[in-house]
Amino acid sequence: MSRRALNPFASTYPPNHSTTTTYNEKYDMPRRASTPRVKKFANFFSTSPKSKSETQTATAALLAAAASQQLNTPSTQISSPSLSLPTISLSTARADSANMDEPPTTLFQPPSPAEARRIAKAHAQFGPLGHHTHRYTSRHQGGSFPEPVMDEPPYYYLLTTYLSYLILIIFGHVRDYFGKRFRKQDYRHLQAHDGYAALNSDFDNFYIRRLKMRINDCFARPVTGVPGRYITLIDRKSDDHNLHFKLTGTTTETLNMSSYNYLGFAQSEGPCADFVEDNIKRYGVTVNSARADVGTSDLHVEAEELIARFVGKESAMVFSMGFGTNATSFPALIGKGCLLISDELNHASIRFGARLSGAMIEMFKHNDVKDLERLLREVISQGQPRTHRPWKRILVVVEGLYSMEGTMCNLPGLVALKKKYKFNLFVDEAHSIGALGPKGRGVCDYFGIDPSEVDILMGTLTKSFGANGGYIAGDKAIIDKLRVTNAGSIYGESPAPPVLAQICSALRIIAGEFIPGQGEERLQRLAFNSRYLRLGLKRLGFIVYGHDDSPIIPVLLYNPAKMPAFSHEMLKRKISVVVVGYPATPLVSSRARFCVSAAHTKDDLDRLLEACDEIGNVLQLKFSSGVAGGAEPLPEGISLEMEKEWKRAQKGTIQGEMNFQPPRWKLEDVLKRGVQDVKVPLR
Amino acid sequence: MDLQYAQSWLDDILNEVSLQFQKVPGSAIFLRYVKSSYQNDPVRSAVEFFLVVFAIFYLLSPKYSTQKKSYVTLSDEEIDELVEDWTPEPLVAPQTPFEETENEKRPVIVGPTGPKSRLSNGRTVTNLASYNFYNLVTNETLKEKAIQVLRNYGVGPCSPPGFYGTQDVHIKTEGDIAAHLGASACIMYAQAFSTISSVIPAFSKRGDIIVADRAVNYAIRKGIQISRSTVRWYDHNDVEDMERVLEKVVREQRKKPLTRRFIVTEGLFENVGDMVDLPKIIELKLKYKFRLILDETWSYGVLGRTGRGITEHQNVDVAEVDMIIGSLAGPLCGGGGFCAGSDEIVEHQRISAAAYTFSAALPAMLATTASEVISMLQTNPEMLTPLRDNIKAMWTQLDPRSDWVYCTSSPDNPIMLLALKPELILSRKLSIADQEQLLQDVVDECLTNGVLITRVKSMPRPVNATTKDIGWELQPALKVCVTCGLTRKEIEKAGITIRHAVTKVVTKRRS
Ligand SMILES: Cc1ncc(COP(=O)(O)O)c(C=O)c1O
Repeated sequence: MSRRALNPFASTYPPNHSTTTTYNEKYDMPRRASTPRVKKFANFFSTSPKSKSETQTATAALLAAAASQQLNTPSTQISSPSLSLPTISLSTARADSANMDEPPTTLFQPPSPAEARRIAKAHAQFGPLGHHTHRYTSRHQGGSFPEPVMDEPPYYYLLTTYLSYLILIIFGHVRDYFGKRFRKQDYRHLQAHDGYAALNSDFDNFYIRRLKMRINDCFARPVTGVPGRYITLIDRKSDDHNLHFKLTGTTTETLNMSSYNYLGFAQSEGPCADFVEDNIKRYGVTVNSARADVGTSDLHVEAEELIARFVGKESAMVFSMGFGTNATSFPALIGKGCLLISDELNHASIRFGARLSGAMIEMFKHNDVKDLERLLREVISQGQPRTHRPWKRILVVVEGLYSMEGTMCNLPGLVALKKKYKFNLFVDEAHSIGALGPKGRGVCDYFGIDPSEVDILMGTLTKSFGANGGYIAGDKAIIDKLRVTNAGSIYGESPAPPVLAQICSALRIIAGEFIPGQGEERLQRLAFNSRYLRLGLKRLGFIVYGHDDSPIIPVLLYNPAKMPAFSHEMLKRKISVVVVGYPATPLVSSRARFCVSAAHTKDDLDRLLEACDEIGNVLQLKFSSGVAGGAEPLPEGISLEMEKEWKRAQKGTIQGEMNFQPPRWKLEDVLKRGVQDVKVPLR
Repeated sequence: MDLQYAQSWLDDILNEVSLQFQKVPGSAIFLRYVKSSYQNDPVRSAVEFFLVVFAIFYLLSPKYSTQKKSYVTLSDEEIDELVEDWTPEPLVAPQTPFEETENEKRPVIVGPTGPKSRLSNGRTVTNLASYNFYNLVTNETLKEKAIQVLRNYGVGPCSPPGFYGTQDVHIKTEGDIAAHLGASACIMYAQAFSTISSVIPAFSKRGDIIVADRAVNYAIRKGIQISRSTVRWYDHNDVEDMERVLEKVVREQRKKPLTRRFIVTEGLFENVGDMVDLPKIIELKLKYKFRLILDETWSYGVLGRTGRGITEHQNVDVAEVDMIIGSLAGPLCGGGGFCAGSDEIVEHQRISAAAYTFSAALPAMLATTASEVISMLQTNPEMLTPLRDNIKAMWTQLDPRSDWVYCTSSPDNPIMLLALKPELILSRKLSIADQEQLLQDVVDECLTNGVLITRVKSMPRPVNATTKDIGWELQPALKVCVTCGLTRKEIEKAGITIRHAVTKVVTKRRS
């Protein structure tokens, strides 16, 4: 029996469709004998005789049970986990995606149980493309780069947010007041005792103790398995108000809107995993040395060459941690007499490195090129403080894509300023590499700017590539110098061979050298998914931050109590999301963050939109004013170019300045119009 | 006529003003106050009047910051000109010749790291430079384990631990390490090198006091720097000097509010190789009420009967050490680092240690292989014996026999650091740079003879550092990492090669 015939998708695509072939290629993974695999899995936790009894850990047992369940389900293209979920939007999706209309013939000759399980597992990690129209190319459409419009909720919500915090703080203090008198032992660690000062100061700890602890169950949820399209949470509960958690012994498979798995490379099957396996067999799992000693293998050299080629620089070097890359690179680049100008929302690792470098640090308003120019004029003309000596060099540091805001840096603006003010530019592409640009090569690719305009391109391999670590790329002279002056390469452990193998294979796939077509599909699906979800949320009436092509989509919640409520409601619908609040964001703008992935299908996003719609109604989250988009469709015959004219005409008739209607679309309309409207500039 | 007109106009206005003034609530009180105070003390009214005027003037005056006292106001054209004139230095300084050769000569291993490794030039050499003490890199069980994990978890967790990046394997490995050490909890970081640089500032803040060994490694120094705490150094491994410093701190701080105080030191020193006297330090720490942060990066998995590290080796209760930092990336064949301690200490780091909260979690397979090696060490402590025998064998070849180098490492440390003897340095007036060059020549000579070793790299200097900023400089040394993957014969042979290489380079230099 040919495997192609087993693939339920094979028959549903018109044979002449070019994407189909690449698609099928991709999922034709080498099959492994299933029996040893099962055994391996059962043995998985028995690392030592001591822990033999743990062999049947709850997770393993449960997963085994789930697997056996799958045996009984008929072979459909939807993995059984999604069947067991509330089937929210399948009907609309079916109507949408042509392939579902006719029942696949293969239904009547169910594949072997192992095969069904394999397909289900693969699809739980990377969903099949629903329809060939679900693609888009991530690229700046020319013209000046728009500032993202920051919508504001009605004052009522801001006021209640402040009030909520006030009440939480008052309650916290009242509880502390009594607690410190009646439950002394609970506060012992906050007070000096036996001549030791408290490890945590009472004041610093207040926020954590009294605010974060309330919603602690929304953070650090333990997981198991691959963080792909779905993620399996290990259920836990707390009997003491989130102080301790007990594992209940069950797991829940949820739709994963939380991992930075932009291109869907978090997979345990497929070409990357096979390549990694080969390399583990060849190299083992570690090289046991620092790069500067003998921690460089041919695999490292290869990975560095691939990365350099991918980002368009002469040279690159890899590190075993992205955070550490920043922490050690700044001290090797700048020091006394130098100035580092940083975007105010830059990541902690950049601040960490900047502080270690000993250079002066100035900040400019987030993504505000004008403010940067003002600052540059001031610092260059004033020189160093007190001595007024000219700066030795000025390094401007921005991120390609901001992980809490979903905004991209204004690279064209920065490059123009760089020409005039002669500073050096450092772009941290942690989130943008792989996730932006028609070829996935980051912000330079997105804007069509030559990478040579940026001095240092730094990035992490943790996100889009499903690996771990960081890189920094630049001219050969710069990188060669950094190899001998960067502490991370002198002392830090060298990246592990399996991790490098993952990086190399992912890069080759994206570049189209490996399995041509698959990389492109991933990139285009990510771009489509990002825009689709963003547009849908805007139309439903949510306040969403960030640029249209960004795969990071923060949805503003404001009131602190809505963070846990949102997270719990989502979890009830088997969707895992990240909620963040102060101090990671400004006090008022607590938010939920969705990270879109190429592994998601349109159905997944529809499911999410439906969940958001319901939760948004219950929690009163639909408060956008319409300034940031989500507008009603233009009437027939009015094209986008004509919109301005048309609006002006409208304004005359409707009276007043109300140009924006708060968008409150019905879910059906959102789903119906989504696919076509994503392809044109969002409005 | 005109004047009269003006006068009546003025009168009208005054009347109007006083009428309006009386309408203002409280105006009568104000008037009474002014009148009575004027009668009692006219000077005071005048002073008060000036005070009011000053206050108004002060409030209306433009704001200026005290920081920018030396701010020069410039016109736009002047600024343009200054911008035009400004020429920054290149982003990095050019490489020195020594750095260039270092880049050129850095060995590239083709294929796996093992006791015998193949280099990119095609030669197979005896590898005494990797931390492959137990020769587990190519161990089939570990590979098998790693592949199992790969097939269940993929490679990266794609998330920081706080957001769905904590996998069950991480929890399990953390538990395994804690159980192995006998500590109550443990937290894993994604890179060993970044661990302690984040642990220190998570606890020690501005105003707190750190007492540290002068020879501590680079990562500890950076952690101290980030913490902005007050740091006091004591002479390397000198407990008397340490006690003096501790006492001085306690004396100085007696009148001040109690702050957190820490002692930071290493188990086996990365830069010197010798061992700390832990029982004595514990005694002092308890006496002076300091907390102890112990970096066991180089001793965990190496010292002790079951590789539990210095606490096992020196029979110290783990609970006496507040924080133990270790690495899983070296001989344990995994990845990442950890910090073990009480629950309170571990939980605090989960929200406030930068390298933990703001970085993606460790790949599951690297956590699993580390945990696997730990259980090997526990169940099969005999695996440490061949390593110790090989250390002895190597030691006898080098330390007593060489006329030019001596070993600064502890005899239990598989990383043998060989420094040039002080007599040699003195008689030839060798600067640090000279010594580094000489030792690099030895490394090259060894490689020519088929033995791959390396040397301790000096700590990177801050960019644009003045001599004042540099502080403690480490002693240049050769680094020979013993492994149990070689037979005693092979170790002895390699030891002889190294000894002869040293002799050859040193004597050639003299002529
Ligand atoms: C901008 C930025 N830089 C660096 C990092 C750190 O990368 P890693 O998670 O690989 O340590 C992150 C990750 O969160 C990031 O967002």
